[in-house]
Amino acid sequence: MSGFSLNRVLAVLIKEFKQLTRDRITYALMLAIPVIQLILFGYAINTEPRHLPTAVLAQENSRHARSIVAALKNSAYFDLVAQARSPAELDRMLRTGDVQFAVTIPGDFSRRVARGDRAQILVEADATDPSATSGAVAALAALPAQALAHDLTGALAPRGQPPAPFEVVIHRRYNPEAVTSYNIVPGLLGIILSLTLVMMTALSVTRETERGTMETLLSTPLEPLEVMIGKLAPYVMVGLVQTAIILTMAATLFHVPMGGGWVGLAAGIGLFITGSLALGFLISTVARSQLQAMQMSFFYILPSILLSGFMFPFRGMPAWAQWIGEAIPVTHFLRVVRGSLLKSQGLADQWRELAALTAFVCLVTALAMARYRRTLD
Amino acid sequence: MTLAIDVRGLNKSFGDKHVVNDVSIRVEAGRICGFLGPNGSGKTTTLRLMCGLLTPDSGAGEVLGFDIIGQAEEVKRRTGYMTQKFSLYEDLTLAENLAFTARVYGLDRRAARVDASLERLGLTSRRGQLAGTLSGGWKQRLALANATLHEPQLLLLDEPTAGVDPKARRTFWDEIHALAAEGLTVLVSTHYMDEAERCHEIAYISYGRLIARGTAAEVIAASGLITLRGEGPEADRLAHRLAEAPGVETAAAFGAAIHVSGEDRSALEAAIAPWRQPPYRWTEVAPTLEDVFIQLMGRSQDNVS
Repeated sequence: MSGFSLNRVLAVLIKEFKQLTRDRITYALMLAIPVIQLILFGYAINTEPRHLPTAVLAQENSRHARSIVAALKNSAYFDLVAQARSPAELDRMLRTGDVQFAVTIPGDFSRRVARGDRAQILVEADATDPSATSGAVAALAALPAQALAHDLTGALAPRGQPPAPFEVVIHRRYNPEAVTSYNIVPGLLGIILSLTLVMMTALSVTRETERGTMETLLSTPLEPLEVMIGKLAPYVMVGLVQTAIILTMAATLFHVPMGGGWVGLAAGIGLFITGSLALGFLISTVARSQLQAMQMSFFYILPSILLSGFMFPFRGMPAWAQWIGEAIPVTHFLRVVRGSLLKSQGLADQWRELAALTAFVCLVTALAMARYRRTLD
Repeated sequence: MTLAIDVRGLNKSFGDKHVVNDVSIRVEAGRICGFLGPNGSGKTTTLRLMCGLLTPDSGAGEVLGFDIIGQAEEVKRRTGYMTQKFSLYEDLTLAENLAFTARVYGLDRRAARVDASLERLGLTSRRGQLAGTLSGGWKQRLALANATLHEPQLLLLDEPTAGVDPKARRTFWDEIHALAAEGLTVLVSTHYMDEAERCHEIAYISYGRLIARGTAAEVIAASGLITLRGEGPEADRLAHRLAEAPGVETAAAFGAAIHVSGEDRSALEAAIAPWRQPPYRWTEVAPTLEDVFIQLMGRSQDNVS
């Protein structure tokens, strides 16, 4: 028999379809992935974030200062979350990432407005992620014309089409030229490490199960922790080599500033590599085949890319999505890497992120150990 | 007499399938015990229960004097287990596979042991070859060498010669006997009757129950089976018709001849009566293990249904 037979095609088609429905996890993931991801990312991602946390340092307590703060709030781009008491405190808030904007109203502001003497307020933006701040920065242009409109009436009211009563000086901190690659390249470190390490380890144990070598492994005196450490150690080396390559290329090809904060960065890299590997190991104890392990890895990696602040501004997401983001280690790792390289953060600025990564490592390792079966039961 | 294996009332279920049902086995140290039974009868599960790979739902026992539940790690250290499916690393060489095992068991003189093991296998010249490229028979011998590298006192072999040619099987069994001569206890599952006959004793398991136990001769004697061998023109074609006759437990073709077995001599004679006259010739022969096992299989099926 030769030629094309529709019946033979049908035979293969029916077989494939039956096999597909028999692999329940694959089947479930195939249906769940589009639904979950669409809802998750469709609602979560917003490239023009509003309500960005802002700190104000008001060096005078005047009606004008209050009006400016009110106008900032009204713009919907700025949420006043803190009042700084000193320039140093304001600077710390911006450096740690507690706030996205730092507004300074100088002590002689009202006097200068009254005199028409080039009054200024200073707005410092954390521009490590240029796209997160651009909308808000653009909105600042309208501020001088409107903020004091109600204050300046009567004798102080300018006539006709007046010059603005003050100007806004904007400093884009940490990335003054708004170079996107300064933000993306350090972020890629987290994504590339996740992609390779989670997937490689997820496959490593599943492969043993699939090939039947797990049975022999289990019949030996090997302890679960011994298997885990032995399996993961080579990938730690892989992760470190990848890190070295990416950081070298970031410095030489992309001229990403190497700000310092090396201790925190080293700790962050160590924790993140360990956490990614432990997660891969955990996946491999759940997945029954290499295909399932692969799918689960992707299920983890997509939110790592989309909800971690790697691709889209973290603060643009609704609160629930930010909570999901906080549970993803990449989110914290990105803050450590960008903080170290771009903002020269010290350990004191990074301890929360490092603590979150440590918690992740401990939790996932404990889960993996609990899941790992030393018998075939 | 020391018992290498002494397990009592083992039970294991997967879901609603009762795979191992109240199995008790005792094996003396230094003996080769053949573990027989049809596919899916619970042989593999029983072996796994003994080497700590599975935890029994109920039952107790000692292997090499250690409690199989509480001291599974001690049992593992002293037991060599060879899986049904080849389960060494196909992407590692022969020497690398053995070296891995040597390290896992924390053996001393690792290089010397690996060399000696390869030497004994006659594979020294192929030590750098990937395990996956070996033929079926060699794979099994390598797996055996791997399972005995840490000098276990008990060897559990799960259908070690399935799909292996007769010559390689013989070599394999010579090695097992050599190991037993050194004092190793061996529990080996198999489907081959000739292999069962090479064991010191056999245990027959069906539907999770142990239903026959003893030496091959004892098992045959205990069956109470009478076997008549019929020869004549196309005698082998009678199997189908004789199997239906009352009192015939098994009727199977052996080459051109036929073996008819049953427990009731008169019923058996009645069944073959139509073919009693020449050119057919009938003789009484000793039942083979196979006759006995086919009888046992038929019976246990009746029990279940």
